[in-house]
Amino acid sequence: MTVTLEVAQSSSPTSASVPMIVMEHVEKWYGQFKALSDIDLTVRTGEKIVLCGPSGSGKSTLIRCINHLEAYNKGRITVGGKVLGDDPKIIDAIRREVGMVFQQFNLFPHMTVLQNCTLSPMRTRGLDKKAAEAIARRLLDRVRILDQADKYPAQLSGGQQQRVAIARALCMEPKVMLFDEPTSALDPEMVKEVLDTMISLAEDGMTMICVTHEMGFARQVADRVIFMAAGEIIEEGHPKDFFTAPRHERTRAFLGEILRHH
Amino acid sequence: MGYAFDFSPVWEGMPSLLKGCLGTFALAISGMILATVIGIGGVILRHSHFPPVRWLVMTFVELIRNTPFLVQCYFIFFALPLLGEQLGVAIFNLGLMDKPGNLLKLGPTATAIIALGVNGGAYAIEIIRGGVQSINKGQVEAGLALGLHRTQVFRLIVLKPALRAIYPSLTSQFTLLTLTTSVASAIAAYELTSVAEIINGNSFRTFEVYFTVTIMYLIISSLMAVGFNALSRRYFSYPVK
Repeated sequence: MTVTLEVAQSSSPTSASVPMIVMEHVEKWYGQFKALSDIDLTVRTGEKIVLCGPSGSGKSTLIRCINHLEAYNKGRITVGGKVLGDDPKIIDAIRREVGMVFQQFNLFPHMTVLQNCTLSPMRTRGLDKKAAEAIARRLLDRVRILDQADKYPAQLSGGQQQRVAIARALCMEPKVMLFDEPTSALDPEMVKEVLDTMISLAEDGMTMICVTHEMGFARQVADRVIFMAAGEIIEEGHPKDFFTAPRHERTRAFLGEILRHH
Repeated sequence: MGYAFDFSPVWEGMPSLLKGCLGTFALAISGMILATVIGIGGVILRHSHFPPVRWLVMTFVELIRNTPFLVQCYFIFFALPLLGEQLGVAIFNLGLMDKPGNLLKLGPTATAIIALGVNGGAYAIEIIRGGVQSINKGQVEAGLALGLHRTQVFRLIVLKPALRAIYPSLTSQFTLLTLTTSVASAIAAYELTSVAEIINGNSFRTFEVYFTVTIMYLIISSLMAVGFNALSRRYFSYPVK
């Protein structure tokens, strides 16, 4: 499985050889149900990974293990050199370096866009209001939504909310960004604005893991596409090979299914 | 129709009645503050990782909600001091105090505030818990993913939307608490009903006195409602879909 990684690696000149995330033999159970099975995955600094697969295949569970929203049962996960275990201090430290964007945006409804962005930098990084707001404004400008800074989430469209959610995660100045189906809850006309934001982030060299079925996005930015089914990594490769010559029958069936609609 | 209305004892007693209104206000507002603290604190403990703490909160809620308020008042006012006396002797015998004192002997006002706060707090725990449960799990996850602690997530992210969700139930519970202050007249706490009882006892103008007091309670409740609405506009006016 890991042999194919090396090929993808060479295509990304920015990626240093430093691993940002290492998952070794990771297993995750929900009672009797095995959600993740012997996951081995190394993500190098600057690498962009797209995770795809049918629903229930474990792709969301996999990225949620990386910031410990789900605890894993076996194996080992290392993020930025820190081993993710049960120590709450380490969990918090890792979460502060790993940004996450959710399918349902999960903006805080009682805070303005600006307050959403300054909350954690002020509470966890000890920034004063002025410094936190300066960072927030810079990143809101970057996702082209600075003009909405004083509005509340409910006053924004889905696409705008998701861009705010990306800015909010970036305000922590993370080393890695995790995207959990960031465009699945959006109306079709808003998908592009969110994908464009993600593409620009990728171009700036952010290490990213994206669970998405946006194959155009995968082709454009991914260093590697990983296909999962039933909690296992079935196949992975450079998008060019992955889309044109998938090796496994299940991958072919899945691609046939989703590409038909694109 | 042999009854002649005579409101003159009421007019003469008006300064005391108005002072009684202030007493009622003071008891109600102190009780609400204590109830809110117990309500929010209870919800936090209700979600503790440590099962005995959760059981303790659940037992407290059931105990308070299934016994009469008047009995709770009597218990604090008459029964606790007896316990406090024994406790005081025990502490004195240990050499920790100069003379045997009573730590659990409370005056009528303190008793009333504690009884109102504890009683209202038990109901508030159940109401606020419902609000907390109504908050989407994604809100908690977003907070955790940003590196906030569980307690920060509760305080900064969950609490306000949760309180907003149950604000109408909570305020109707607090209106009830305001009216329940009248029961504290049974332990002679200084509030409107106890003042009314004194004026009635001196004048026997029962209809006039209680008619006036009824109107006064109505005004107090209405003022509370105005206050609740102002608080809501101040804190819960953010737009939601």
